[in-house]
Amino acid sequence: MNITRRQFFRICAAGVGSGSIAALGFAPGSALAEVREFKLTRATETRNTCPYCSVSCGVLIYTLGDKAKNAHEAVIHIEGDPDHPVNRGTLCPKGAGLLDFVRSENRLLYPEYRAPGSREWKRISWDEAFSRIARLMKDDRDKNFIEKNADGQTVNRWLTTGFLASSAASNETGWLSVKFARSLGIVALDTQARI
Amino acid sequence: MTNHWVDIKNADLILIMGGNAAEAHPCGFKWVTEAKAKRGAKLVVVDPRFTRSAAVADFYAPIRPGSDIAFLGGVINYLLSHDKIHHDYVKHYTNAPYLVREDFDFKDGLFSGYDAEKRTYNRDSWDYALGADGYVQVDETLQHPRCVYQLMKKHFERYTPDMVSRVCGTPKDDFLKICELIASTSTPDRVMTILYALGWTQHSKGSQIIRAMAMIQLLLGNMGRPGGGVNALRGHANVQGITDMNLVTDVMPGYLRLPADKEQEFKAFLEARALKPLRPNQMSYWQNFPKFWVSLAKAFYGNAATKENDFAYQWFPKIDKPYDVLHMFERMHNGQMNGLIVQGFNPLAAVSCVQKVQESLAKLKYLVVIDPLATETSEFWRDYGEYHEVDPAKIQTEVFRLPAACFAEDTGSFTNSGRWLQWHWKAVEPPGEAKSDTAIIAGIFTRLRELYRKEGGTFADPILNLSWAYAKADDPSPEELAREFSGKALADVVDPKDPTKVLAKAGEQLAGFAQLRDDGSTSCGNWLYCGAWPQAGNLMARRDNSDPSGLGFYLNWGFAWPANRRILYNRANADPAGKPWDPKRKTIAWDGTKWSGFDVPDMRPDAAPEENVGPFIMNPEGVGRLFALKGLAEGPFPEHYEPFETPLAANPFHPNNPQVVSNPAARIFKYDRERLGKADKFPYVGTTYRLTEHQHYWTKSVRLNSIVQPSQFVEIDEELAKEKGIRHGDTVKVVSNRGYIRAVAVVTKRLRPLMVDGRKIHTVGVPIHWGFVGVAQKGFLANRLTPFVGDANAQTPEFKAFLVNIEKA
Repeated sequence: MNITRRQFFRICAAGVGSGSIAALGFAPGSALAEVREFKLTRATETRNTCPYCSVSCGVLIYTLGDKAKNAHEAVIHIEGDPDHPVNRGTLCPKGAGLLDFVRSENRLLYPEYRAPGSREWKRISWDEAFSRIARLMKDDRDKNFIEKNADGQTVNRWLTTGFLASSAASNETGWLSVKFARSLGIVALDTQARI
Repeated sequence: MTNHWVDIKNADLILIMGGNAAEAHPCGFKWVTEAKAKRGAKLVVVDPRFTRSAAVADFYAPIRPGSDIAFLGGVINYLLSHDKIHHDYVKHYTNAPYLVREDFDFKDGLFSGYDAEKRTYNRDSWDYALGADGYVQVDETLQHPRCVYQLMKKHFERYTPDMVSRVCGTPKDDFLKICELIASTSTPDRVMTILYALGWTQHSKGSQIIRAMAMIQLLLGNMGRPGGGVNALRGHANVQGITDMNLVTDVMPGYLRLPADKEQEFKAFLEARALKPLRPNQMSYWQNFPKFWVSLAKAFYGNAATKENDFAYQWFPKIDKPYDVLHMFERMHNGQMNGLIVQGFNPLAAVSCVQKVQESLAKLKYLVVIDPLATETSEFWRDYGEYHEVDPAKIQTEVFRLPAACFAEDTGSFTNSGRWLQWHWKAVEPPGEAKSDTAIIAGIFTRLRELYRKEGGTFADPILNLSWAYAKADDPSPEELAREFSGKALADVVDPKDPTKVLAKAGEQLAGFAQLRDDGSTSCGNWLYCGAWPQAGNLMARRDNSDPSGLGFYLNWGFAWPANRRILYNRANADPAGKPWDPKRKTIAWDGTKWSGFDVPDMRPDAAPEENVGPFIMNPEGVGRLFALKGLAEGPFPEHYEPFETPLAANPFHPNNPQVVSNPAARIFKYDRERLGKADKFPYVGTTYRLTEHQHYWTKSVRLNSIVQPSQFVEIDEELAKEKGIRHGDTVKVVSNRGYIRAVAVVTKRLRPLMVDGRKIHTVGVPIHWGFVGVAQKGFLANRLTPFVGDANAQTPEFKAFLVNIEKA
């Protein structure tokens, strides 16, 4: 019986012992020789999009963990989504390495602060980060906001703080960022799209 | 892209120029492979290097970096002189027959209206000649000396094959062969697609390069057709989405231009942007601008935006000049800026002239970096020895570094290069204390708002009234945000032709931008995205990959803007009578009562062909513009200008006019002009590019990618290597007038010297992916070399053509 790899996982995930399935002959021919295939059997499959270039290949992210409250999930495998009309399951070298991005040693874990003249980072709390940043922004805006230009025209802009927006952030992030920046009167606003 | 990725398989000829799709977009490139395999399509590649795209091409030609307009102008000249154009298409769907004002002129490399001191043009003369009826004057025979067709012919007469070869270094026979191949798609049954990327945009005249390509596609009748179009292969997962949300200085979401200082009156502001039709019966879709703007204002300020206060018009900032990233750093450099928030961006690495960016950041009072990874920008104050020499004690900037979630830890939508909005789902929690970008922005905003509530302060109204009705104020959900930008009815929206018919009830999500109103009854964050989340639910999450036409439309996979149209301007795929030029590759056709077919019509569905409603519905004339009117800063026709750092002594097209060596309308700041290098000290052309295995400055934090492509290198041709005594594998130092890098030399046949204007020009290739923060070998930021000057319209820096020297290190 010719079934696809994904169909095989679904059958296995239904709880029937994979060994008996193989024995009954309902496995793809390669399964008997490939022990490693089974690592995805109990994984949760989530559909996502590669964050790198603008082909926006569909990816499948496999995580372990049964979604119980105290079970900590972890991403164990990322591969191309065969259902996706553009990439049809393939990934380029960048996409193929996505697992190492998610698990990079360079991932930032907590808010940090570098004081003027300092040679190092200091860990701070989110509360402290948000409070201090809001304070700095408000002080700068209150002092430098331009309500009217030299000709007496109403312009309502704030030139002394800028915002550079990410091109790898979602549309939802982009929309919220626009609301944030423009309600403050920021016009020094730009994105990677420009360069 | 006017078309999309899968559609590439429908082409007969594929031109890859100003881009390297096989290496930069490998999975999208499969559609080029498919076109070759299934349709017998031919691939032509024009590139300074023999790239992997070139390696699988049917024909490859080299070109000097920075000379693309000469090449494309030569193609236009070829098409016009051999009359290889799609005649009916050009006559009916472009402004070729339109007459231009008498005072429009071009002389010695400059168009009429130039102000040398300000480096700008007064564009008044770049306009149509209007008749007494207010409409444009037209000559359908294309013979009138002032019609666009004749003016265009005259303009490109100078772009002869000999001239192209002289300026580009491309062998004349190669150039002519490519012209023949391109010209073969002028018949209705053959279509060419052009795939380009940053090789065309990262120049001081990049916008005009794109224009030249668009003109070629219009002349050949390739716009609005499956397998055709003008197809930008963009570079980030959501660069298209962020562009559409317009997180740029002078535009609001949906490409709505902010008011200029002098636009103090709301009514006049709307009128200036609501472009009325310039010919009878045209849709001139921008005339709906008021509906888009007012709905945006309601999305921003809700009930605080009323008819009485012009929908909070004065709360939106006005613009006196663009504050794009280059201008931002210039101001920072001059001590005029205090703070900078950098979200998922690494400007120290990614913007040109690292030295200037570094000095600028060091003058800030505060810097906030939001990113999943540690980046050079966040560590700009740290000393990394030779890779980044600074004295932290001298840098007073306070830096906050906030950990953000990455794609796997976030739910939301990305818009791909083909305008498809695709929803993705969160697979796992972010590590440590990292938060989603939205929670971080909301965290800062809610604190700010609280401070303004408690203390008051300067002009607090917009902040206190910004609509923020999320279930959790400090953590808006992606679903709430998506529904907000897709839009809803605030009061019942009725059919204008029959007011008893309710199209959307108050509170319901809208079906599309045709339901937007300018009276405050609708709210929509981005009119182009209207309908992505209608009452039925999240269309971006659809995953139906059925393709009944076989042409790859996939109408039920995700949601494409606008209105789920997969190919823009698709009415142009049919002749004036509404019959497709090529029945085997059709999008829509006129069926007697309406437009219908495999795609969503980009046309009023009941517009009968006799009404002559043009396919380019955003233009007031309804036709594509071969003459660009006042749209671009340096002229309505493209003209070749040299890069700001050119190996030549003059512009070969205008050797006697020093004003036009390089783009006369491009902005360059004094600091940067003083740092331009000259060919006597820097005789070689430097060009930057990316590699298959890496994504910019990102994947040096990714171990697998750093393993397969670990070490910084530059590429030089065999002749230059011999001249300099450099062997393959030697360490070399590449220097520009702004800085240097050290790297391994790859001596390759991929590059070769070109004969340009009688001189031998060598190109040095500089891949960009190294820096001083990562998990692999450290390297030098490539942008230590590049010049701080941008395109006259888009301000995209000129990363692709500058001057360097090279020596063994």
